[in-house]
Amino acid sequence: MKIETVTGRMVVVRGADIDTDRIMPARFLKVISFEGLEAHLFADDRVEARGQGGVHPFDRPDAAGASILIAGPNFGCGSSREHAPQALRRWGIGAIVAASFAEIFAGNATAIGLVCATVSAEDLDALMAHAERDPPLQVTVDLAQLVVRSGPEWQMSIGMPSATRHALTSGEWDATELLLADYDEVSRVEARLPYLRATSRNA
Amino acid sequence: MAGTLFDKVWDAHHVRTLPNGQTQLYVGLHLMHEVTSPQAFDMLHARGWTVRAPHRTFATLDHIVPTQAQQRPFADQMAEAMTAALERNCRRHGIPLFGLDSGLQGIVHVVGPELGLTQPGMTIACGDSHTSTHGAFGALAFGIGTSQVRDVLASQSVALSRLLVRRIDVQGRLLQGVTAKDVILSIIRQLGVQGGAGFAYEYGGTVLDAMSMDERMTICNMSIEGGARIGYVNPDDTTVEFLRGRRFAPSGEREFDEAAERWRRLASDAGARYDDRVGIQGEAIAPTVTWGIHPGQSIAIDERLPDPAAVSAGERAGIEDALTFMKFTPGMPLTGTRVHVAFIGSCTNGRLSDLREAASVVRGQHVASHVRALVVPGSQQVRAAAEAEGLHEIFLEAGFEWRGAGCSMCLAMNNDRLVGDELCASSSNRNFKGRQGSPTGRTLLMSPAMVAAAAVAGEVVDIRTVAQGTPTGAAR
Ligand code: SF4
Repeated sequence: MKIETVTGRMVVVRGADIDTDRIMPARFLKVISFEGLEAHLFADDRVEARGQGGVHPFDRPDAAGASILIAGPNFGCGSSREHAPQALRRWGIGAIVAASFAEIFAGNATAIGLVCATVSAEDLDALMAHAERDPPLQVTVDLAQLVVRSGPEWQMSIGMPSATRHALTSGEWDATELLLADYDEVSRVEARLPYLRATSRNA
Repeated sequence: MAGTLFDKVWDAHHVRTLPNGQTQLYVGLHLMHEVTSPQAFDMLHARGWTVRAPHRTFATLDHIVPTQAQQRPFADQMAEAMTAALERNCRRHGIPLFGLDSGLQGIVHVVGPELGLTQPGMTIACGDSHTSTHGAFGALAFGIGTSQVRDVLASQSVALSRLLVRRIDVQGRLLQGVTAKDVILSIIRQLGVQGGAGFAYEYGGTVLDAMSMDERMTICNMSIEGGARIGYVNPDDTTVEFLRGRRFAPSGEREFDEAAERWRRLASDAGARYDDRVGIQGEAIAPTVTWGIHPGQSIAIDERLPDPAAVSAGERAGIEDALTFMKFTPGMPLTGTRVHVAFIGSCTNGRLSDLREAASVVRGQHVASHVRALVVPGSQQVRAAAEAEGLHEIFLEAGFEWRGAGCSMCLAMNNDRLVGDELCASSSNRNFKGRQGSPTGRTLLMSPAMVAAAAVAGEVVDIRTVAQGTPTGAAR
């Protein structure tokens, strides 16, 4: 499936270095499928927010149905657990716009067709302000134009590694087919690696 | 042309350039554990694919295994189900599994190296971010997500973008009481938790040259906490001697020597070009402890906590959030802070030399009465070796629990977890909110010797002020 745009309402999770343990605490990894994980997104942060008399963004009534997550720098750092992007995707998030992403998280997200785009620090503040407007705005993350925009009203540019953009817009973000396309070339590399020759003798 | 180890290994494993510009990179060794693999096998089966290279795939149980009461079926039904799923998948595809009855089970990043599966010049992938550990041998080792585990199972390759290489030189020497853990914590503090994004870290300099493989693994292990997916050290005599005689190392003297020759040639050439260079003086590093909610929030043990009022607005929110969560006040010292739990273990510091260091601190002492203390060896082999040296007796006499091998309280997927807002002195690698199993639990990362000292004192202490007993164990 080609992914060229993601349109919807925004939900904002503020703060730097939101790690995948916070997005999906380890006790919820005791599963053998990804189904239903979305129920546990930010589980502990949500309780913590309530304890402080507040409301976590994912508990706000207007968050339901949002499809674009706005976040700070280094989003998704820490554990490589794909459970985190899987849960976001299943909750309904189609794109994350953040100041920056941890590398493994962004790779995992792309592999399941979840768009990760970056904006400058200044634009992020403006975007968060837009996102928290009432009534909520519809915005579009546009991978062809590399912008996030709301109708004709405003737009700001977004960044994304060209490889990621290509994978998403060409529909080749699920890499396995591509990796299997040239099976013989894989065999040729395999055959010339000295350590494989050595270990196969031992096996 | 002069090249880095990264260049040489990457190029040797390059299959082809994909349409989006990424490299299809051959994976020479695929390691698995029970938490990130079941969904990958399901996806594989749903598409009717099979495992391309079961003989280059090895599995173990670490994340969820109980480290006490290990009889099957496990009391925890989900732990049992996940274990059974891995066993089933391994059986179906002919993948060797180092299970609880193998004598070889343990944390995947401890098991790979100690079995000699991890070797210089390999590409190594595992559905776990601390796969960077294996870079200590001069391998390119990186963590992947579950969809990529599926990719590796199906094609023995992954789609990756080439990384830049940052050379980090640690020159001079380390002062007494300063360990590999302190070195990596101070590197992360200096370069930031995201400083390594897009980079592979090549660690070198006289301090790294002098380090054992265990110490180099501690450093490479935490590369990911600095945002670098890959960290490595160039292979040298220390690497070669570590591997000699290991179960999966090339057998036969001639084969081994040939391999060793090859390994040495992989080291970055003298004139190699780096995308960035950083120099750190070993003598400037003090025992380092985290105080916050990510591994970059640390201080030298004789420093005081930061004051949010004294930093830029950009940094302030993060520090305030961390101080609030940790229930600490600006400007306070960490020494003297009461701890409730002491955890020695994990893929960062759960190897034999770590246990020796900790044992040398606790020998003849006793854990403070308010502290719950546990030692969880990184593998069954580490446990057996430690017992052969009598380390378990030192720990047990001092009031530590002596457990089976696994990840245990590093991420608390088994029964070992913090309760309420307990403060834990931990030799692991992550101090994220909730990491050790209680949403309000708090973690201080430090070296195993510092954890041992904190367990005994009942509070955080500066290891340099503690008289250490005679070193235990042989090779020091
Ligand atoms: S010990 Fe901790 S960091 Fe290492 S593999 Fe296990 S859970 Fe991950």
